[in-house]
Amino acid sequence: MPTEADENENVSWRSDSGVSADVTRWERADEFFEERIRKPAIVAWADRRTRIGLLILGIYLGMALIAVFDLYRAPSTNQATQLAGPFQSWDYPLGTTMSGVDLLSLIIHSTPDILLMIIAGSVWATGVAVLVGTLAGYKGGVVDRVLMSISDVVMAIPGLPLVIILAVTFNPKNPIVLGILININYWAGLGRSLRSQVLTIREDSYVEASRTMGVSTPRILQKDIIPNLMPYVTVNFVFAARYVVFASIGLFFLGVLPYSAQNWGVTLNYAYSGGALFTWEAAHWLIFPMIAIMGLSLGLILLGQGMDRVFNPRVRTRLAENSESTRTKTDAAMTEDH
Amino acid sequence: MGHYYLRRTARMFVTVFLVASLSFGLIRLLPGGPFSLLRANLLRQGVPASEVDARIANLQNIRPDAPLWEQYADYMLAAGQGDFGTSIALGEPVSRIIAQAVPWTVFIVLVSTVLIFVFGILLGAIQAYWEGSRFDQLVSGVSVTLMSVPFYVVAVLALFVFAYQFGWFPTAGTVGVGVETGVNMAFFTSALHHAALPIFSYTITGIGGQALAMRGNSIQVLGNDYVEVARLRGLSDSRIATRYVARNAILPLYTGFLLLLGFRLGGTVILEQIFSYPGLGYYMWSALESNDYPLMMGTFLVITVALVIGVYIADLTYGMIDPRISRGESDAY
Repeated sequence: MPTEADENENVSWRSDSGVSADVTRWERADEFFEERIRKPAIVAWADRRTRIGLLILGIYLGMALIAVFDLYRAPSTNQATQLAGPFQSWDYPLGTTMSGVDLLSLIIHSTPDILLMIIAGSVWATGVAVLVGTLAGYKGGVVDRVLMSISDVVMAIPGLPLVIILAVTFNPKNPIVLGILININYWAGLGRSLRSQVLTIREDSYVEASRTMGVSTPRILQKDIIPNLMPYVTVNFVFAARYVVFASIGLFFLGVLPYSAQNWGVTLNYAYSGGALFTWEAAHWLIFPMIAIMGLSLGLILLGQGMDRVFNPRVRTRLAENSESTRTKTDAAMTEDH
Repeated sequence: MGHYYLRRTARMFVTVFLVASLSFGLIRLLPGGPFSLLRANLLRQGVPASEVDARIANLQNIRPDAPLWEQYADYMLAAGQGDFGTSIALGEPVSRIIAQAVPWTVFIVLVSTVLIFVFGILLGAIQAYWEGSRFDQLVSGVSVTLMSVPFYVVAVLALFVFAYQFGWFPTAGTVGVGVETGVNMAFFTSALHHAALPIFSYTITGIGGQALAMRGNSIQVLGNDYVEVARLRGLSDSRIATRYVARNAILPLYTGFLLLLGFRLGGTVILEQIFSYPGLGYYMWSALESNDYPLMMGTFLVITVALVIGVYIADLTYGMIDPRISRGESDAY
C-alpha cells in the first residue's frame, strides 16, 4: 500500500522541478531560458550603457584573438625606427618605443594575458564570496561567527601591500595565478554584503518550506538562495574585474609583479623610466597604454551599470506587463529614468 | 551596547596579532630565507663568520639558530614594542624611518578621503534632487569616465604636465629643501605645495564612484514612505533633506568607508613612488627594490595597523549613528 512518504519521494515538492507531471523537461528548459536569459538580456540590451560596454569588451576580445592566432606581427626590438610619432605611417599607426618596438603590436599582444588574469581574479573573488556569504548567512550561529571573524581579519589587510609581499614571496608568473593573487582578499568585503542579503532571503517562506521538508543545506543554498543573489554577484563580478585591471597594471607599472610577457603596465614602466615623462616626443609611449587600460575599465564599468539596470525592479515590471512590445516599452522606461 | 564595543576592541587586537604572525610566516617563505642576503652582506663587510649570527640577531630581533617558536616569540615581543629591527639598505632602525613616514601618508590619505566624501556626497545629493536633469546626466557621465581612470594614470599625467612641463609643482619630496619643520607658515605652504598633486590625483578619481553611490542611495530613500509622511506633516524641505534623506543615504556609504580606506592606504605604494613622496608606501616600495626585508615587513605591518585603527574608529562612530548595528546575531540553523 503506497503511503504518503512514498509519494514524497517520487514527487519533488520544490517549486521549479515539480510543478506537475505534464510539464516536460523541454518546456521547463524553455521557461528557464525565457525567465533567466531572454528577458534579462532584452532589458540589458535596451540599456545604452550595456551595449557600449559589450562593444568595448568585444574589441578587447578581438584584440586577444588577433594575438592568440598571431594575425598581427609580434612585438620585437628594432622592428622599426626608434620613437616614431603616432599617426604618421600605416606600418606603425601608434608609433614606436625607444627601442623601436611597434606600440600597436605591444598593446595587442598584451591583451590575452590581461583578460585571463581578469577572469581568474574575478571568478576567484566572487566564487569565494558567494561560498562564504551564503554559508555564513544561511547557517548562522557558530559558522556565521567564525566565517565573519575570518572575513574581518582578511578585510583589514590592505590589498596592494599584501599582494606585493605575496608576489615577492611566491614569484608567480602565470596570469591565472597572478589574477587570483591580486584579488586574494577581495572576497571578504563582498562576502559580508552577500551574507546580509542571505539573512533576509532565508526568512522567505519558500526557504522555510524547503528546510521543513528536510532538504539538505547545500541543496537549499544552490537552489533557493544563490539564484536570488545572482544579480548582485554579476554586478560585483564586473567590479572585481575592474579592480584586477587597476591593481595589476599599477603593480606591473611599479615593477613589483613578476612578468614573463608583454603587458600594458610593463610598457608604462619602460616608458616612465625611459624618460617619456620629460619630453612631448615620447608622450605617446605613455599615453596609448593608458588609453588601453582606461578603455577596458570603462567597458567593464558600463557593463556593470547596465547589468545593475537588469535587476532594477521598476524596469522589469514594465517588461513583465507587456512582453510583446518590450523594446519600445523598455526604451520608454529608459528615457523616463534618465 | 558596551558589549559591542568590548568585542570590537578585542577584535582589533586579534587582527593586529594575526597580521603580525602572518608577516613572520611570510618572512620565512621569502626567496632565500630572511637571512641569506644579510649574511652575505655581513661576510662581505669582513665580519668574522662566528659573529655573523649575533649581528643578525642584533639587527633583526631574530636569532637564526634558535628554534622556530622562540624566533616567533622574540619577533612578536619586539614588534609589540614597536621594534622592527634595522633596515638593511638604510642602516637606520625601521621604527625611526616609519615614524618619519607615517604622518605624510596619513596626511595624504586622510585629506583625499575626506575630500572624496564631501564632494561625492554633495554631488550625488544634488544629482538625486534634480534626477533626470541635464546636470544629473552630465555629472553621471563624468563620474563613470572618472571611475575608469586609475589614479596612477592621473598621477603620471599630472606629474608630466604640471610638474615637468609647466613646473608649477615640485616633482619629489614632502617639503622644500631648507624649510624647517614646525608650526610656521612656510612649512605649511611648502607641505601643501608638495602634497597637492598626490592628493589631487587620489581625490579626482574617487569622487565619481562616491557620487554615483550617493545618488543611487538618495533616490532610493526619496521613494520611501517615511519621506512622504514627513512631507505631509509639513516639515520644511531643508529638514527633510538633511534629517531624513541625507542621513539614511549616507549610512551605507559610511560602511563602504572601510573598503575605501583600505584601497587608499594600499594604493600609496604606487602613488608615493610616482611622486617620490617619502611616506609609508614609498619606503615599502624602496625596501622591495633593495630586498630590505625588515623595512618591508615593518611598513606592511604599520600600514595594516593604520587601516585597522581607521576601520575601528569608523565602526565605533557608526554604532553611534545607527543603533541597529549592535543588534544581536541571527539564530543558528
